[in-house]
Amino acid sequence: MAENVYILGINMTKFGKHADKDVVDLGAEAAMAALADAGVTMREMGILAAGNLMNAGAGFGQRLQKQIGQTGIPVYNVANACATGATALRTVIMAVKSGEVDYGLAVGVEKLAGAGLLGGGGSAKKDGKVWEPSGRFGAVAPTDGRIGTDAMPGTFAQVGMEYGHKYGGASFELFAKISEKNHAHSVLNPLAAYSKRFTLEEIMGDMMIAYPNTRPMCSANCDGGAAAVVVSESKLRTLSLEQQRRAIKISASVLTTDPYEEACQVLPNVNTLTRNAAKIAYEQAGVGPEDLNLVELHDCFATAELVHYDNLMLCPEGGAVDFFNSGAPWRDGSTPVNVSGGLQSKGHPISATGIANIWEVCHHLRGEAGPRQIEGAKVGLAHVIGLGSACGVHILEKSAA
Amino acid sequence: MTDTAAAPAQVPLVDYLVLGDRPHLVAHQCTSCGARFFDRRNACAGCFGTSFEPAEVATEGEVRAFTIVTFAAPGVPVPFVSAIVDCGGTSVRGNIINTEPDPEHVKLGMQVRLATFSLGTDDNGTEAIGFGFEPA
Ligand SMILES: [Zn+2]
Repeated sequence: MAENVYILGINMTKFGKHADKDVVDLGAEAAMAALADAGVTMREMGILAAGNLMNAGAGFGQRLQKQIGQTGIPVYNVANACATGATALRTVIMAVKSGEVDYGLAVGVEKLAGAGLLGGGGSAKKDGKVWEPSGRFGAVAPTDGRIGTDAMPGTFAQVGMEYGHKYGGASFELFAKISEKNHAHSVLNPLAAYSKRFTLEEIMGDMMIAYPNTRPMCSANCDGGAAAVVVSESKLRTLSLEQQRRAIKISASVLTTDPYEEACQVLPNVNTLTRNAAKIAYEQAGVGPEDLNLVELHDCFATAELVHYDNLMLCPEGGAVDFFNSGAPWRDGSTPVNVSGGLQSKGHPISATGIANIWEVCHHLRGEAGPRQIEGAKVGLAHVIGLGSACGVHILEKSAA
Repeated sequence: MTDTAAAPAQVPLVDYLVLGDRPHLVAHQCTSCGARFFDRRNACAGCFGTSFEPAEVATEGEVRAFTIVTFAAPGVPVPFVSAIVDCGGTSVRGNIINTEPDPEHVKLGMQVRLATFSLGTDDNGTEAIGFGFEPA
């Protein structure tokens, strides 16, 4: 029988600019705090899974061990686009669930403050002196900007516009209102990179990045780390009552990729793999979308949040616009979404994101979220998606103990 | 290697663009399930079939999604309109060209047709030709 698994300790650093710290410092800060929160040390850990996407070949996990404790345990350095943090966590969960280890540590960290546009390449691409075919499409010149866009803001803009074309009602103003909600939520989150409320006019009037996404409607590049300690249920039952009380049950842990569909070669389909992950997660957890007290979903752009209301089945199919307009995803609504401020305000240090959203949910389930506490929260869902694509969905429940 | 002495006067921006009197796109079509791919595949991503044949993609279609990019990577001229166009059941990514890049001129559901444009001439006198879609 597979083990039930729990989050025993979890932490996220303040997201924002950490000019004086490198990725090892930030990862160590999150990991040490998660271990302290769990009431254990590196001695107990049976596995470490670690992610640092921007430097994925550098062996971040081993460098972290040297900073906080080298015990010879296996390290899995993982890279899975924006789902890297969720993948690290899922790796540890699988190891604990299988019974191979009692404890595991998952860490994700990124330094992105000041980074420019992601996905389109950082340095200028120039046309050659001679048109020479190269690459998979035999291109004689760079294609970004000539055959559509390669960059994230435009890609996710098209994802939202496609939803609008299919179901209607998805105007520039609607997308801006989604961003208005998340920025309003962020005011209560002291760990967010930006905790400033914007008016709708300010959001719509800001610099356009890729219509209909203006600058505040895009996730904020920033530095940050997050870490979680996972424990098996049988080991948890040997720990103190306080540790058992604060432990959060991982009722579902799912990772999916995008199955083949027409059009996925020209526009990544972020819908089906999210819907598939959600379906499996609800089934694993034995809960439905109506049972969720809060949801942290991957709002890398305002246009993305809309489609994920539907993909996570928070509304009937095609009903995301009505769902938003009903006020449901506001913190006082029926299904609060991104009460942390989401990626648009809290920030998106890529590999930390998929653990930081779990931290947010755990914080509420433990009743420790202070002024932004969703009262009586018992069940929450955390979702991330990385283009390419990978989707992580975790459902978390307050401990009965 | 290309024999520069016999270099063609024009080359397509990408190998799935066929130039000539009637410019069009060509895809590798899975002979089992009909799935179309602009790049080479060892097996079909949909059905794992390993046999493909060239298939001409319709040159007219409908805009299913678009964005107007006003901030791009260094070296990429802005603004431009990126769109996903449904060409008779085959989705194609391309820019919307020959119209103003604003939400008043570019609409979801708009009918468009394939059009070509010049990227300029290289040191050998060869002109590169790209494709986009213009309002039909
Ligand atoms: Zn096939």
